[in-house]
Amino acid sequence: MNPRGMLAIYRFEMARWKRTLWQSVVAPVLTTALYFLVFGSAIGSRMSDMAGIDYGSFIVPGLILLSVLTQSVANASFGIYFPKFTGTIYEILSAPLSPLETVASYVGAAVTKSFLLALITLATAALFVEVRVEHPLLMLAFLLAIAAGFCLLGFLIGLLADNFEQLQFVPLLVVTPLAFLGGIFYAVGTLAEPWRTVTLFNPIVYLVSGYRWTFYGVADVPLGASVAAMALAILLPLLAIAWIFRTGHRLKQ
Amino acid sequence: MSVIDIRGLVKAYKGGTLALKGVDLSIGKGEIFALLGPNGAGKTTLISIVCGIVTKTAGSVRVAGDDIETDYRAARRRIGLVPQELTTDAFETVWDTVAFTRGLFGCARDDAYLERLLKRLTLWEKRHSRMLELSGGMKRRVMIAKALAHEPEILFLDEPTAGVDVELRRDMWALVRALRADGTTIILTTHYIEEAEEMADRVGVIRGGELVALGNKAELMAQLGRRTLKIFLDAPLAALPERLHGWDLDLADGGRELDYHFDSKAEETGIPRLMRQLDEAGIGWRDLTTRQSSLEDIFVSLVRAGDAS
Repeated sequence: MNPRGMLAIYRFEMARWKRTLWQSVVAPVLTTALYFLVFGSAIGSRMSDMAGIDYGSFIVPGLILLSVLTQSVANASFGIYFPKFTGTIYEILSAPLSPLETVASYVGAAVTKSFLLALITLATAALFVEVRVEHPLLMLAFLLAIAAGFCLLGFLIGLLADNFEQLQFVPLLVVTPLAFLGGIFYAVGTLAEPWRTVTLFNPIVYLVSGYRWTFYGVADVPLGASVAAMALAILLPLLAIAWIFRTGHRLKQ
Repeated sequence: MSVIDIRGLVKAYKGGTLALKGVDLSIGKGEIFALLGPNGAGKTTLISIVCGIVTKTAGSVRVAGDDIETDYRAARRRIGLVPQELTTDAFETVWDTVAFTRGLFGCARDDAYLERLLKRLTLWEKRHSRMLELSGGMKRRVMIAKALAHEPEILFLDEPTAGVDVELRRDMWALVRALRADGTTIILTTHYIEEAEEMADRVGVIRGGELVALGNKAELMAQLGRRTLKIFLDAPLAALPERLHGWDLDLADGGRELDYHFDSKAEETGIPRLMRQLDEAGIGWRDLTTRQSSLEDIFVSLVRAGDAS
């Protein structure tokens, strides 16, 4: 084990976050605040309850996840892509670190950032609407799991990307649309068929539903399905990364 | 005792390029070893494999007895690498980036060591500067400081003086000598032959992925060196007389000089016979000198031989 080496990468990544605090914390918090203003106060006040919850409160867990999903992918992908781009990756590759330690350091830092961002977003939301958390420990555990899954996905994208455009492809064209259609702004039950069935093919529905359950105790899909989705969100990118490191594909020639 | 032991090292890149074709090489502890070769010969590939940046296709590499794949942690801890390209984190300070490398290689924080290191490389005044504020020469010094941050036993310098000014080059050689005095093994690649001649204990010449010559300077000279006999003529010759066509002769200096190339190891140099034939042809001369080929001549001829094959 090389705990000092892992800590060095972790600290480096956290320092990068602090340097870009405007971009990585202030911007997503502002965006979330705007959502609350528009959907929560302006439109939400004219809307009836959603699943028995005041609309402004209903969208809080989903909006937290929206920023966690997009920021996790953006942050973790950039964290490993940038050293590849500048060439400083040579140092990481020549260091006495196992592939698992390297992934854990980068992804660990990205998860920390996402986790903190989620708590800041939650605090911001509490300024606009009434928020209650029925299962606080599970809320934190689910948040951690979802952040870990999407940070691993981001790391995978960063490993595979050959240019900045490819880096943006998945977050902009896959994660954001799926998140918007993932039941953040509505309960699945309010959709008419066939959309109610179609939407169940969107994995983010399961994440949002499970996460919202930890707040208000209501869910669109069974809790077990949500937990399974979280496990898969972690497992699939992890397996892909393990395969990449084992073959040296994309990192080493 | 060898500190690096390379056996049958082969590297085939995905595109099909065979960068190394079975290299065997042992480097002794505390040695300064220069790897010479033209661009694309496989120098950087060789270094990159030992350092863990490129994966080998076949063969084995041991660093102080530790295999670079099965015991990669122990092997890599011993190695510091200064790559050819100036790749740095633009927004990090000098101090942070050097401390980062020390941590990355698993060493405990040691501010006193880093202070000595930065002072030795005349970087101490710049320790709070961000990398993007530094000149190219300063960045190169930081790259060296990073490579030495974890007190490695072996230092790889890939083209260390390419595009470096005179002062930095002089400092770099002073540092290399000081490191060697501390017992550090130094392996450098270069295509500046004077550097290899001046600095290295031993030289390896790599061409087309093969090690074509290896030895200390004197050995290489003896192995591959040729001598030239320069004959200064009384009167300039317009062309070589026909009877001298069988000899390895060149006319130089507008026909005033005749250069005869011969193998310094050969039992029969042919010089007495050549002189007799010159007499018979009525070619007068007033002075003679012989010259041993330099490492550069050897290098150039080795590389040319490769191009011709």
